[in-house]
Amino acid sequence: MVINAEQQRKLIKETGLEMLYLCISQIEKANEALVNNDDDLAEEVINTETRVNALDLKIENDCEKFLALYNPVATDLRFIMAVLKINFDLERIGDHANGISKYVAEQQLKIEPRLFTVLKFDKIFNTIESMFENIVIAYENNDVKSARKVFKKDKILDKINANSFKIIEEVIKKDTTIINQTLLLFAVVKKLERVGDLIKNIAEELIFYIDAEVLKHKKKK
Amino acid sequence: MLLFVLIIEYENSIDTDENYAARIETKGVKVWYDDFNAIKGIDMKIKPNTVTAFIGPSGCGKSTFLRLFNRMNDYIEGFRMEGKIKLEGKNIYKNKVQVEELRKEVGMVFQKPNPFPKSIFENVAYGLKIQGIKDKKIIGDRVEKALRQADLWEEVKDDLKKSALALSGGQQQRLCIARTLAVEPAIILMDEPTSALDPISTAKIENLIFELKEKYTIIIVTHNMQQASRISDYTAFFYLGELIEYGKTNTIFTNPAKKQTENYITGRFG
Repeated sequence: MVINAEQQRKLIKETGLEMLYLCISQIEKANEALVNNDDDLAEEVINTETRVNALDLKIENDCEKFLALYNPVATDLRFIMAVLKINFDLERIGDHANGISKYVAEQQLKIEPRLFTVLKFDKIFNTIESMFENIVIAYENNDVKSARKVFKKDKILDKINANSFKIIEEVIKKDTTIINQTLLLFAVVKKLERVGDLIKNIAEELIFYIDAEVLKHKKKK
Repeated sequence: MLLFVLIIEYENSIDTDENYAARIETKGVKVWYDDFNAIKGIDMKIKPNTVTAFIGPSGCGKSTFLRLFNRMNDYIEGFRMEGKIKLEGKNIYKNKVQVEELRKEVGMVFQKPNPFPKSIFENVAYGLKIQGIKDKKIIGDRVEKALRQADLWEEVKDDLKKSALALSGGQQQRLCIARTLAVEPAIILMDEPTSALDPISTAKIENLIFELKEKYTIIIVTHNMQQASRISDYTAFFYLGELIEYGKTNTIFTNPAKKQTENYITGRFG
């Protein structure tokens, strides 16, 4: 690969990493805004969404140029395809952060702390944080082992999400005054479960790029 | 779902099917030019009606290997070969093999178009006359057929008596392909056939190669990686006289098994 192409590839990887850190930060801030009912922080996430969208367009544009100008093959082709797909997943993660923040900013609901506890929000946040850590290591160091750790953790989120309906039903039965709060949290759990799926997709894309192994639609990972 | 499974099975079968009747098979082929060992023991099977691309850096032995298939290296001083090359199961390097007969079966197109300083018609008819065909009707029909196959007929049908040297570079190369096709070979060897042509002429030759593989087995040496990936079914990567990797083109260009292949096709060495 010519020096120019090598430099472009490096730049795309760096911009991809910037997008990854930005979206991690968006999700973390959205979660914090939700737990602390912090309007200002929620507004910050909503405003930063434009930065996420701008980076999304820049990465797409850079990848398009790379494909057109350097005709990548093998590892270079897999890299650029992975970056494009990861970028799409990250942009969707950014949308979920934006959505959660909009709930906080627009609905102005003070949520009772016990609801976070029964719905296991601590575990959700920790799991997502840990999944992101794995992805950052995998992305920066081409570490397949780190990427693979994500799949097991995603199942934790799936389980919490699957159980949440039952928990919410019981909570509402006991206290109908908190229906709004519980429904909002139910929607947030769904969004965070989707975030987990998207992180899992990112792990699959990284494994495809590094090892050329296709895991998409495979049950056993 | 069934279709999907069938497609996957078909894709896998191409890579794993080792039992096909090879059009060309080489075993332990080694070549020397005096003391220089240009080919260091290559085993290869070429499947009928496919396009196989030979790639590798300059001096890796790919052209030498290609030219073995119609004994073009025989005249090079200091050339020496070991091993077997079988065409349809018959060793083409046996003493009794007539090289002229072999070249009826294995045609060749070179890097630079090399039409004879004769008319377009005479260029294509040349091989037929050498074969002893005298019937003008047969010759005329075969010339037209070859020019049509080479996608040149419509451009030259009214000027068949015109000198071949008056044609453009791209047309000359297609004329050379027509000249090769006229004697109806089973195999066509191409040694960088488009390296001297503009993109439009290159595209025409590539389209031609794609159409011709229905009837012919084509082996092409190319330095253009995109060309190899666009037109070939199989790709063989050579380095320092050895066959490093040989497999389905879409595997070689997406997930090559050897690091050396990956470094070469991604432009990191060579």
